[in-house]
Amino acid sequence: MTMHDVSLDQPLFRVDGLTKRYGQRIGCADVIFDLWPGEVLGIVGESGSGKSTLLGCLAGHMQADEGKILYRGRNTLTMPEPERRVLSRTEWAFVHQNPRDGLRMGVSAGGNVGERLMAIGARNYGEIRETATDWLGRVEIAGERIDDRPRQFSGGMQQRLQIARNLVTSPRLVFMDEPTGGLDVSVQARLLDLLRGLVRDMGLSVIIVTHDLAVARLLADRLMVMKDGHVIEQGLTDQVLDDPQAAYTQLLVSSVLQV
Amino acid sequence: MTDQAYNFAYLDEATKRMIRRALLKGLAIPGYQVPFASREMPMPYGWGTGGVQVTAACLTPDDTLKVIDQGADDTTNAVSIRKFFERTAQVQTSETTAKATVIQTRHRIPEVALTEGQILVYQVPIPEPLRFLEPRESETRRMHALEEYGLMHVKLYEDIARHGAIATSYAYPVKVEGRYVMDPSPIPKFDNPKLGSNAAIQLFGAGREQRIYALPPYTDVVSLDFEDHPFDPSKADHACDLCGSEVSYLDELITDDKGSRMFVCSDTSYCTARQDEGHTGRLSPEGVAA
Repeated sequence: MTMHDVSLDQPLFRVDGLTKRYGQRIGCADVIFDLWPGEVLGIVGESGSGKSTLLGCLAGHMQADEGKILYRGRNTLTMPEPERRVLSRTEWAFVHQNPRDGLRMGVSAGGNVGERLMAIGARNYGEIRETATDWLGRVEIAGERIDDRPRQFSGGMQQRLQIARNLVTSPRLVFMDEPTGGLDVSVQARLLDLLRGLVRDMGLSVIIVTHDLAVARLLADRLMVMKDGHVIEQGLTDQVLDDPQAAYTQLLVSSVLQV
Repeated sequence: MTDQAYNFAYLDEATKRMIRRALLKGLAIPGYQVPFASREMPMPYGWGTGGVQVTAACLTPDDTLKVIDQGADDTTNAVSIRKFFERTAQVQTSETTAKATVIQTRHRIPEVALTEGQILVYQVPIPEPLRFLEPRESETRRMHALEEYGLMHVKLYEDIARHGAIATSYAYPVKVEGRYVMDPSPIPKFDNPKLGSNAAIQLFGAGREQRIYALPPYTDVVSLDFEDHPFDPSKADHACDLCGSEVSYLDELITDDKGSRMFVCSDTSYCTARQDEGHTGRLSPEGVAA
């Protein structure tokens, strides 16, 4: 299990009344949820429903207008920026939909994985390289490609590299924005397999935004369905997908093509 | 127009005061890049417009000025800047490091140790050490403010991964007083150890980029490295072919089309002084005192 001293009877992350407006328009409104250690929360909904806005606010990339976000009891909205940045490079991680947003394309795979280590003070080249090699192995990238640039990698490999780069400092909370978007199905399946394994082995808490219900079904313990900036339904994944209550959720579930 | 039409040292007094304020701020926060309203100078960017403005703000009529370019006193850049201040400030000039009170330099720190009371002015092309790693100025400023310097080590990591050693040989990044990461201007890394605990005041001026930064005397300056790949202030493994010095930084000169080469001190004033004292090297002319 996890090496962190997370108390299991306290939520890791509490969100209360979170609201973000774009002028007159609502980005997301009055979002309330708790995330427990080791839990995977899926946020689903169509494009423009406020999923990414919500994730951006949670991860501190965007400033929320109202509400509270407590991470292990500390309010991340009012904490000073240096503190929040330390959080986001140690205990948090963010996996972007497009690996180009999360990777340094001009830096080798090893350097990409090592960056977070060096940012928190690793100063031994041999050890950094060893850890990087280990992590490339864990995301199924051959160790001999450690000095290649991400540009020379396929889309799926780039995404796996981005995951390695984020998980190398053993974060507790990972934000994922459509991590399988833009990949073909077989590559998606392997990536999901890998993610599921890592989440279980490391005891990660994950907030994953996706429009793909299959991804949500595979990864998420709990689901939140969003529409027009509001959470219209939440519950256990199987419950929400097998017995949707809200009209929109029913529409969403029935829109999935059965093969 | 006569030379008397210029104010002392070319810049007007209000401009000099503005630059001195930036210099004082830079000295108060060693390694921090202070923005300043850089002026157009009668020379192109890249020729030391930042250094010239800093020198102009520091000069007094009693000063003795030395200008060096890649260690040499007699190259184009050095000669033209020296002449510029001879005309506009009528200050004494010298090629001897010990005699100078203000030394403007491009790409070198003199071999002779500097003393208290001397000012060393560097010409800086790109003051931001993180520039080639992070192109956004807003972001690099934030990184300095929050001391997020992991990226600097990523660059050194890449060097080792690609070349087996830290291949950065000039403009080697340093950390000042355990706080700011600073670009020491494109001096060879051989000169980096002289940046720290130096008795002289060191001022850095970047004209095009409009930044000034400074190291007060006896500042703690550490070159970044890894535990298992420590900083190495390397130089060519030769002695000077003219003065025989084995400790000075050397330039490699190709002397014919057959691959012959010679190594000479890049600091010409140091080399000349040694030759005058009777030191000789491999290629010293015959008949010179041995």
